[in-house]
Amino acid sequence: MTMASRMPEPYGQGGGANLADILERVLDKGIVIAGDIRINLLDIELLTIKLRLIVASVDKAKEMGIDWWEDDPALSSGARRKELARENAELRERLARLEELTEPEELAEPEELAEPEELEPARARQKPRRDAPREARGNARKESP
Amino acid sequence: MNGLRYVYAVCRPLGAPLQTALSGVAGDPPRLLAHHGLIAVVSHVPERDFAEEPLRRRLEDLDWLTETARAHQQVIDALTAVTTPLPLRLATVFRDDSGVRVMMEEREQDFLRTLDRLDGRVEWGVKVYVEPEAREPEPAAARPVSGRDYLRQRRTLARAQEDTWQRAEEFAARLHATLSARAEDARLHPPQNSALSEASGQNVLNAAYLVPRAQSEEFVEIVDRTKGEEPGIRVELTGPWAAYSFVDMTEEVGAGGPGEDA
Repeated sequence: MTMASRMPEPYGQGGGANLADILERVLDKGIVIAGDIRINLLDIELLTIKLRLIVASVDKAKEMGIDWWEDDPALSSGARRKELARENAELRERLARLEELTEPEELAEPEELAEPEELEPARARQKPRRDAPREARGNARKESP
Repeated sequence: MNGLRYVYAVCRPLGAPLQTALSGVAGDPPRLLAHHGLIAVVSHVPERDFAEEPLRRRLEDLDWLTETARAHQQVIDALTAVTTPLPLRLATVFRDDSGVRVMMEEREQDFLRTLDRLDGRVEWGVKVYVEPEAREPEPAAARPVSGRDYLRQRRTLARAQEDTWQRAEEFAARLHATLSARAEDARLHPPQNSALSEASGQNVLNAAYLVPRAQSEEFVEIVDRTKGEEPGIRVELTGPWAAYSFVDMTEEVGAGGPGEDA
């Protein structure tokens, strides 16, 4: 009968509970009693333990190739910059292609030129890129002296 | 070598023996140290790891901490199968047996009171997660064809995420109310950091419920029924644990009446 067998065994964890759950209870909960050997698990020690654990598990995750947060623009400013740079390169290439088509022979097909929707956002999106290096240079000047 | 004493839990004398092959922290099997009407579950640990200075360093060693925490929990688990233990926090260490006895004598009334309150109860952990799928539509969506289109896509995505959060919050609040009504006591813990827990999704509810053993079956079924109720939301149940989240005795410490130390 499942009823009888379920209680004594840990539920749905196959005998080994999740480490985070164990640490949460063993480190944070339970009775606090000052032993003769006293470690203050209540404040600073616990905080450092937690910080180190987070750092350790982030490193571990990276080793296993789980690094989506580095490429997610919503989470990483580096990824956002990378995305902008890529988009810019693409747009510049397209612009160059368009210019090539227009300059040498004015007879280029009209459809290819008449695409204001394509060009306007392209210019708009280039703006932040031109601003970014200026800002960076400004910071560098402030820091260097 | 004599070593130090590591204390796992305090309980009333056991009605049944502990499982025989049980190994504790540092590989030493736990023993029962009786004092008055209580027992402390202790084992011997080496000074080289558990004296004050090395212990501080050891606690920051992830592998060591993992091993020690699992060993500690294993002993508490074994105790939970035969009695209602009061679990102590990790790394409560005394110089010798007499140190443990002194502690037990000083806290005797607290222990007895708390043991009475928790007798026959176990703790169940319930967590609610928002599944990570909510994030995935972004790369899958068609490439924006214009700036306006790009902004529209971002807005749609942001709205979808807000909706999911709102739904998850309502779901968690409802679940907590249902379960609290079925439990003797409940505690809300801070949501677990996903970098720490390595669980997928974002933890929005992390609660513990104190439930009599006799009613645990029913409690588990209620939780099971909510699983899969809402798309994109995951419910996780852990336990039965010793009543870790409900042994808080700090308010009773030092509040003792006169003549306590006579």
